[in-house]
Amino acid sequence: MAKVFIYPATSLMLSDLVARFGHKPLGSALSVREHIQAGGFDSPPLQITPEDPKKGLHWAAVEVPSGVRGRMSLYGPLIEEAEAAIIIEDSDFAFGCMGCARTNELLIFLLKQKGIPLIELSYPKTKEEGVTFVASIKTFLAELGGGEE
Amino acid sequence: MSRPVRIAQLTCGAEYSGVQNEIAEAARAVDAEVFYPDISLNDLRRDLGSFGLNVKSPDLKLAIARAQALVTGKVEADAVFIGSCFRCAEAAIVRTELRRYIHLNSTLPVVSYSFTERTTSGTLLTRMEALTTIARRRALLAREEQTGITMGVDSGSSTTKCVVMKDNEIIGTGWEPTIEVLRSSDLVVEAALAEAGLTINDIEAIGTTGYGRFLIGKHLNADLIQEELTVNSKGAVYLADTQQGPATVIDIGGMDNKAISVMDGIPGTFTMGGICAGASGRFLEMTAKRLGIDITELGPLAMKGKSSGVPMNSYCIVFGTQSLVNALAAGSTPEDVAAAACHSVAEQIFEQQLQEVDIREPVIMVGGTSLIQGLVRAMGELLQTEIIVPHHSQYIGATGAALLASGFVDGKKE
Repeated sequence: MAKVFIYPATSLMLSDLVARFGHKPLGSALSVREHIQAGGFDSPPLQITPEDPKKGLHWAAVEVPSGVRGRMSLYGPLIEEAEAAIIIEDSDFAFGCMGCARTNELLIFLLKQKGIPLIELSYPKTKEEGVTFVASIKTFLAELGGGEE
Repeated sequence: MSRPVRIAQLTCGAEYSGVQNEIAEAARAVDAEVFYPDISLNDLRRDLGSFGLNVKSPDLKLAIARAQALVTGKVEADAVFIGSCFRCAEAAIVRTELRRYIHLNSTLPVVSYSFTERTTSGTLLTRMEALTTIARRRALLAREEQTGITMGVDSGSSTTKCVVMKDNEIIGTGWEPTIEVLRSSDLVVEAALAEAGLTINDIEAIGTTGYGRFLIGKHLNADLIQEELTVNSKGAVYLADTQQGPATVIDIGGMDNKAISVMDGIPGTFTMGGICAGASGRFLEMTAKRLGIDITELGPLAMKGKSSGVPMNSYCIVFGTQSLVNALAAGSTPEDVAAAACHSVAEQIFEQQLQEVDIREPVIMVGGTSLIQGLVRAMGELLQTEIIVPHHSQYIGATGAALLASGFVDGKKE
């Protein structure tokens, strides 16, 4: 079983696909769940406090906007943990949406820097493309090994 | 009990900067609630194209679609808060354009702010209070004439001012540096009453404003306790006799600056503070001190000098003072240094704050710094317009408070 970072990290479909093929999806559900299940209600809705953007300094310098650093405090640890990644470019809002373009650019860069197995796909626009899309992801996940169908 | 004022939140990054709770808390403190305008995915897809600003960040796209829902009336709100991360260029463009779009296409009061993880509810409080005042007290803000005998007290960060008004005339004033808030307030009230030849029992209604408004409001049992953004706007257009139509009010204070775009005496968009001490009245005080003159002498001195030969444009009061010392050491005249200090403050406010509001003539400068002629000249040169400095401009908050407080006189008589 490999730990696979999914982009968009909010995509439930990607998360489900990865889990179905026996791997562990690393995405928003994981990082946000840890936050909102922590004790107290300091800063609803996501429970991100001013301390989190400071943790994000590990991945982005102080002149980088606080929202980027706050997001990096969620995703940075997952990237470090990731053993593989699936990146879907230009996806539909309904497929999964991550709010900040600058954070997204940094996430993808850091994933590529890691040198882990990675697949980059464009979001399908037709049914045929959709079939190829799922098949490509399936092949990628199968080739990671250790998974099960 | 009135319903809470509903403030629509159009932000990008607030939740991830850890400041969402601060925004909500600032709103709660003034009996308001922030909410995200609810739109469907279809609205989002359809409306984005029509706005025409093709940004990349989905949260900014969402903010644009939400703004459109507010302007078209699909979602109802009383006011709008637009916020994004400090130092994000993409968001700064959207923030500016949305503020302009909402201002031009609706009557909703708007405030925009760029936050960091250090932004607190205290920083946002006055802005939220101004939004709720405009939403709740439109009738009171429409008052154009002072009636009866009223008093206004402005407890500012540097100075405390008091004005006594009777039948639409200022008949007494008091001015003191703010040291101990209540003591300074007592002194200015005493001075204004003495000048007016009245006692506190003659006063029919009292209004307070400024940083110490809550404390002195309670102390004086004030009828009106109101933030300085709406009060100063009202005072400015009243004293400048421009109550109808558009106007822009600039108030460079000791601790923060306000730039307010006004229509018929009611603020539409405004900015407050947000920049460093190098662009505040405090820097001009430091300049006067370094030049060995009283602050009242700085304006006339600056009028005799030229700013162009003295490099000075620091956001930071420490570096600004360093530029000042360097210039004097290099042989610049005190006149030129005074002019450069005025230009530096005016330029930073022009660059940092006046870009956030729509400048509409007439431009009115108020507050104690409006008495520094060199600063008014520098601002006029940058805006390429003649700036109006009304009489009693240093008493603007107190005058606005006395004017608005007279709205309570009739009620008391009944």
